[in-house]
Amino acid sequence: MKRWLGPVLLVLAAAAPLVPLAAQDTMPPAPYAYRQLDDPVKEAKAQALMETLRCLKCQSQSIADSEAPMAGDMRSEVRQRIAAGEDPEAIRAWLIERYGDYVSYAPRVTALTWPLFVLPAALLGLAALLLRRRFIRGRAREERE
Amino acid sequence: MSEPPPAGPRRWVIWLPLVLFGTFVALVLVGLLRPADHEVASKMIGKPLPQFNLPPAIAERPGLALEDFLSDGKPRLLNVFASWCIPCAVESPQLDALAKQGVEIDGIAIRDHREDVVAFLARNGNPFKRIGADNVSSVQLAIGSSGVPETFVIDGKGVIRYQHIGEIRADQVPMILQKLKEAES
Repeated sequence: MKRWLGPVLLVLAAAAPLVPLAAQDTMPPAPYAYRQLDDPVKEAKAQALMETLRCLKCQSQSIADSEAPMAGDMRSEVRQRIAAGEDPEAIRAWLIERYGDYVSYAPRVTALTWPLFVLPAALLGLAALLLRRRFIRGRAREERE
Repeated sequence: MSEPPPAGPRRWVIWLPLVLFGTFVALVLVGLLRPADHEVASKMIGKPLPQFNLPPAIAERPGLALEDFLSDGKPRLLNVFASWCIPCAVESPQLDALAKQGVEIDGIAIRDHREDVVAFLARNGNPFKRIGADNVSSVQLAIGSSGVPETFVIDGKGVIRYQHIGEIRADQVPMILQKLKEAES
């Protein structure tokens, strides 16, 4: 546990009855944070995109799953852009330009990540090759016996 | 199965899986023991601020637009804050100290009510020249900021030069001044 956490928690505990702890804002959510688009086709597109965008406040959730105000703002931004006719992948690219690959759950092939895509195929190929050699050798032995 | 083991240089190969396994365990341990870094840095460093125009967050200060960063060719600070954010109050004395040294600071209040911003500034001091109200985090998203407080150094051409995530602590004031100086060139 971090050293400063103890005193901070003490102070918070002491202050708790005095002030309601305002760790989050009280603003109403952004217009399309909790409202679906009227056009079901566009809403489906927005939903599919939102499920593959990371909430920056709660990083193991997508913005579709998160109750964080910032995730709500991101949903509203996504839905409004989709409603305006923007392509989902263009919106993803816009966010990646600002937050890096981290904001997207959809894997991309880049100079850094290509081994992740090539390696499994290469290993499968190698395994097939080894097995084939072993089978051929086994059959050859059987035929000799 | 009673064949003699293959002779020669290939015997070391039987250790390979163990070595691989050991490497894997070491990698997992390093990942477990190293404190996790959950901050998401903006990728907008070195890029120009986007077009934006925010209404004033309080009556006493004007709102904030991209043009305000291009007017006098001087580097300035852009502080993303909120009255509901506890570390934002912690960094107030540091922002005041920077303002007293002649640094121009513009603020963006995230998802904030006017009366709350007024009360926050009355409590903690107001180092801001302008304060824009960003009620749906739209400018925050556009500059790649993922929380409050964050402080950006913007050069005279409106290019983002540095992002400071979290509150500015007292010992970090000289570093911020240094970043502002670097942004002059």
